[in-house]
Amino acid sequence: MGLQAIFFYLFAFVAVASAFMVISAKNPVHSVLFLILVFFNSAGLFLLTGAEFLAMILLVVYIGAVAVLFLFVVMMLEIDFAEFRSGVLQYAPIGILVGLIVAAELIVVIGGSVITPEATKAITMPIPNPAVRSNTAALGDVLYTNYVYFFEIAGLVLLVAMIGAIVLTLRHRQDVKRQNIASQVARTPKTAVEVVKVKPGQGI
Amino acid sequence: MDSFFSSYVWPALIMIGQSLLLLVCLLVFIAFILLADRKVWANVQLRRGPNVVGPFGLFQSFADLLKFILKEPVIPAGADKIVFLLAPLVSVTLALATWAVIPLNDGWAVANINVGILYVFAISSLEVYGIIMGGWASNSKYPFLGALRSAAQMVSYEVSIGFVIVTVLLCVGSLNLTDIVYAQKTGLGTMLGLPNTFLDWHWLPLFPMFVIFFISGLAETNRPPFDLPEAESELVAGYMVEYSSAPYMMLMLGEYAAIMLICSLTTILFLGGWLPPFDFWLINWVPGIIWFLLKVIMVFFGIAMAKAIVPRYRYDQLMRLGWKVFLPLSLIMLIIVAFVLKLTGWAG
Repeated sequence: MGLQAIFFYLFAFVAVASAFMVISAKNPVHSVLFLILVFFNSAGLFLLTGAEFLAMILLVVYIGAVAVLFLFVVMMLEIDFAEFRSGVLQYAPIGILVGLIVAAELIVVIGGSVITPEATKAITMPIPNPAVRSNTAALGDVLYTNYVYFFEIAGLVLLVAMIGAIVLTLRHRQDVKRQNIASQVARTPKTAVEVVKVKPGQGI
Repeated sequence: MDSFFSSYVWPALIMIGQSLLLLVCLLVFIAFILLADRKVWANVQLRRGPNVVGPFGLFQSFADLLKFILKEPVIPAGADKIVFLLAPLVSVTLALATWAVIPLNDGWAVANINVGILYVFAISSLEVYGIIMGGWASNSKYPFLGALRSAAQMVSYEVSIGFVIVTVLLCVGSLNLTDIVYAQKTGLGTMLGLPNTFLDWHWLPLFPMFVIFFISGLAETNRPPFDLPEAESELVAGYMVEYSSAPYMMLMLGEYAAIMLICSLTTILFLGGWLPPFDFWLINWVPGIIWFLLKVIMVFFGIAMAKAIVPRYRYDQLMRLGWKVFLPLSLIMLIIVAFVLKLTGWAG
């Protein structure tokens, strides 16, 4: 138990500290790099609770794909952060309000589970014994067997969103040369080459 | 105090010892693999390759190591110093960290975890950061272009690699790398009534996926013909332009460790890991690690030959291959494999 506690405080401390650095770093690229550190440590926290599958998926999806795109965009944009930060204090009241609401909700949820532990058990799915059914298999049961239709509908919603984004931004530019592999492969000497006998001094 | 020692300190020491042994062996192996790469390339082009240091040039990589360490590291004036030096560290650490779960023989993995293949996939999807950070922190045009290319390239090919891995996992029914090898003890060959041979391994029933995985592996590790992030004829050396001495060596080391990882992953997923190719007493007597290494070297020979004989892809062709050819192909294969497994009841 002692070892777990040490790792918990290590991951938690680094996660919170780098979360603070995300909003206080001067350079936006540094912010994204600290954000990656936050994700990484959250994956560590997931591992400590025994949610190994979620930890790995967090690494693959959030760090391997989402944060790469963040970094991509932030690197391409030349943001002048001095100008960006000049009016930051005028948003402070809204920020404090949102922070208070989140804190209150967290206190209600965590406090509720401390006062009446039975109440939380009533609403959550029973967690299978990890020795019998592994984490990954248990998640698969829920997603792909019990609630497969809801899962598929969620996928369809995402697909529609993706198609919408592509339709909104796709422009076929006419002035760009494109390679048509099929027509390239279908070319034969008959259609591509014309043999001309040129008489001297005349040209074609 | 005694129980503290036996329950915490002793296992930790054993773990550290195993990891150190694995890393040292891996680094020495990479040194010779680097030489082999250059030798294969040279022989295809009718050159001799490195042949001065030691017999047949065998110690060339160690001479290079000394040279890299003794030279002065140059950091460009406009570079972001911390990120610039962090990038090679990130790339080499991640590339070596993945080896913790690779089973070199029956039970020889440092950490035999349940989600082994996901761990490998997760860590190797992070390797792109070494390149992006290096390219950005150099504060120079060629490295930045290289970093952008590599980010797009590695993210694109990870998708098809993911689908290939899922197909293999469907056939195995476990995410544990050791279980994946065990599952290849019986297969297509034994179904036809043959004894245990190399025909049981996954490469035969999943041959299209094997090919997709090999080619995507080339793209994922920035090997030729997909070495666009460092394309020396266009970008000088891409994201590595501003690096010198030890940081450069670490970037190279990370790259080759990642290549070795793809080779051993191909071996585990498709070529039966440490399993011998025939069930015969003389062959069974050979330790599994030898078979594993032989298969890894065989796959690496394929990669080295690809570098020597295939011309570099154009960037739009690379993207087309990834998104328009491999992604649909691997998706269709995934569906076919799932249906076959379900209808025949082989899934277990």
